Amino acid sequence: MPGLPLPDPRWADVPLALASLGLALWLTLTRRDRAAVIGFTGYGLLVGLVWVRLGSVDVALTEAALGGGLMGLLLLIAVRRLGDGTALSPPPALLTRLLVGLLCLAVTLGLAAVVLGLPSPAPSLVEAVAQHQALTELGNPVAAVLIAFRAVDTLLESVVLALAVIVLWSFGADRAWGLRPRALDIGPPSSALLLLGRLLPPVGLIVGVHLFWTGADHPGGPFQGGAVLAAMAALVWLTRLGEPPPVDDWLTRLGIVVGPLLFLVIGLSGVVVADAFLGYPEAFTKPLILLIETAKTLSIAVALALLVAGPPELPGSMSTGQPATTESRVTG
Amino acid sequence: MTETQIYGVCGAGLIGIGLYGAILGRSALRRLLAFNLIGSGVFLVFGAIARRGGLAGGGASDPVPQALVITGLVVAFAATAIAVALLMRLAAVEGEDASSRAASRSTDALSPPVAASASNSAGGEEPARAGD
Amino acid sequence: MSLANAFTMVFVSLGALAFFASWVGLLRFPDALSRLHALSKADNLGLGLVVVGLLPQASWPFGVLKLVALWLVSVLIGGATGQMLAGVIHANAGQISDDRETRPDTGAKSAARANPETAS
Repeated sequence: MPGLPLPDPRWADVPLALASLGLALWLTLTRRDRAAVIGFTGYGLLVGLVWVRLGSVDVALTEAALGGGLMGLLLLIAVRRLGDGTALSPPPALLTRLLVGLLCLAVTLGLAAVVLGLPSPAPSLVEAVAQHQALTELGNPVAAVLIAFRAVDTLLESVVLALAVIVLWSFGADRAWGLRPRALDIGPPSSALLLLGRLLPPVGLIVGVHLFWTGADHPGGPFQGGAVLAAMAALVWLTRLGEPPPVDDWLTRLGIVVGPLLFLVIGLSGVVVADAFLGYPEAFTKPLILLIETAKTLSIAVALALLVAGPPELPGSMSTGQPATTESRVTG
Repeated sequence: MTETQIYGVCGAGLIGIGLYGAILGRSALRRLLAFNLIGSGVFLVFGAIARRGGLAGGGASDPVPQALVITGLVVAFAATAIAVALLMRLAAVEGEDASSRAASRSTDALSPPVAASASNSAGGEEPARAGD
Repeated sequence: MSLANAFTMVFVSLGALAFFASWVGLLRFPDALSRLHALSKADNLGLGLVVVGLLPQASWPFGVLKLVALWLVSVLIGGATGQMLAGVIHANAGQISDDRETRPDTGAKSAARANPETAS
C-alpha cells in the first residue's frame, strides 16, 4: 500500500509474540480440557498471523487451515468423548513443578541464545531457487521447491498420509471392520448448523480448488486446497447431510492412493526419460507437475477428511460420548 | 530486535512451555496439546531462520525451509489424528472393561459361591477384549 | 496523501475501534448471552468497516470482489455460529460454570451466591 504512513511493524510483532506465548501458557495450565482445546484453536490462528509476519504466506495458509481448522475439530471431538478431565490425577507436588519449570526455562534460554546468536551472513537458498525456478515455469518458489527441487520429501509425505489413514483404521474394533467411521456423528444438527452445511460446501469447494490452482504462481497449493476441501467434507458429515464412506469402499481407497501412486509412477518413469528419479523431461515439465499436483490435492483432501472422521465403529458404541458434565452437550 | 529475533525467541519460549505441559500435563489429551506446542515452536524457530535467509537473499523468506515446515505441519496433523484415535479407543476399551467388571460384581452379589468362577471368567475375557 | 489512502485509514481505524468495543463488551458484560451479542454485532461491524476501508487498495475487479465475498462468507458463518452458541448457552442456562461470577470485582458476587453452582 504505497503512500500510507505505516508505523514500524515491530509495534505489532511484540504484542503478537507475547499473545501467542501467553495463550500457550494459559492453555497448558488451565483446569478444563475443553477450554484448553478451544484455546489451542485460537493459538493456531495467532501463529498463522505470526507466519505472515515472517513472510511465509504459504505456511500461514497451511497453519490456519490445518492447525486452526481441522485440528480444532479433531480435538473438540476428542474432548467430547474423553470428558473434561477435571478430576483425573492429583496435581503434582510444588517441588516437581518448580524443577520441571526450571528445566523448561533452561531449554528456552538455551534455544533463545542459539536463535539470537545465529551466524551473521545468513545462509540463504533464495538465489539458488530463483535461478532454477524458470525451468519449472512456476511463479511460486515454495511450490517449485515442493514439487521439483525436494520432490522426494513431498512424495514420502503423501505416502505418510496414506499410511496414517491405514493406521487410524486399524484402531477400530475387529467386529467393526467394513463399517463407517462415526466420530463425526454428534447427533441431529441444529437448524443453524444445517444452514451452514448446505451453503458452505459449494463455496468451500470453489475456494479449495482455487487455492490449489493459484498455488502455482501465488501462495497456495495442494496442501492448503486439500485442507479446505477436507474441512468441507467434515462439515457435510457433521450435519448428517452425507455419511463418511465405509472403510472397505474401493472408491475411497482409490482416492487415498491415487496421489502417491501417480507421483511414484511419474518419478520412476523419470529414471528412464530424464535420467533421475523424479526428474521431469523438459518438454513436459509443467503438464506433469500439474497432473501430479491435481492427483495430490485429491488424495490429500480424502486422507485429511478420513483422518478427522476416525476409525470404523459399531453403531451405538461410544457414539454419543460421555456427557459427564452438562457443558459437554454440543448439539444446542 | 528484528522480527526474526522476536519470533525466534517466541518459538524457543513455546518449546519450553510445551515441554512443561508434556511432562506435567494432567491428562493425555493435555499432553498431546503440549506436544503440538513443542512442534509449533520448532517450526517457528525454523521460520525465523528462513526469514533471515530470505532477507539476506533478497526475498521475503527462504522457500526451502518453508516447504519443509509445510510438510512437517501435515505430518504433525496426521500424527495428532492417530494419537486422538488411540486415546478414544483406549477410553472405549476401558469403558467396556469397567462395565464387564460391574456386571460380574452384580452376579457376585446374587450368588457368593459362584463369585470365584464369575470373576475368573471376567478375567479370562479381558485378554481377548484387549486384542479387539 | 491521496483520497484513497485517507479513506482506507479512516475506515480501518473505525473498524479497529469497533473491534476494541467488542473486546470491552467481552470483558465487561455480565453473562454469556450478552457477551455473545457484543462479539457478534461489534465484530461483524468492525470487519465490514475494515473491508470497506481496504476496497480502494484492492485491484479491480477481482480483488474487490474477493474482499466482498470474504465479508459475506464471514457474516454467514458468524451468524450461524452465533445462533448455535446462543442455543447451547440458553439450553445450559444457570449450569455453565462461569469464572466471572465468582470474581469479586464485577459486582456479580451476589448473583453467584444466588445461583446454585451445579457444575464443577
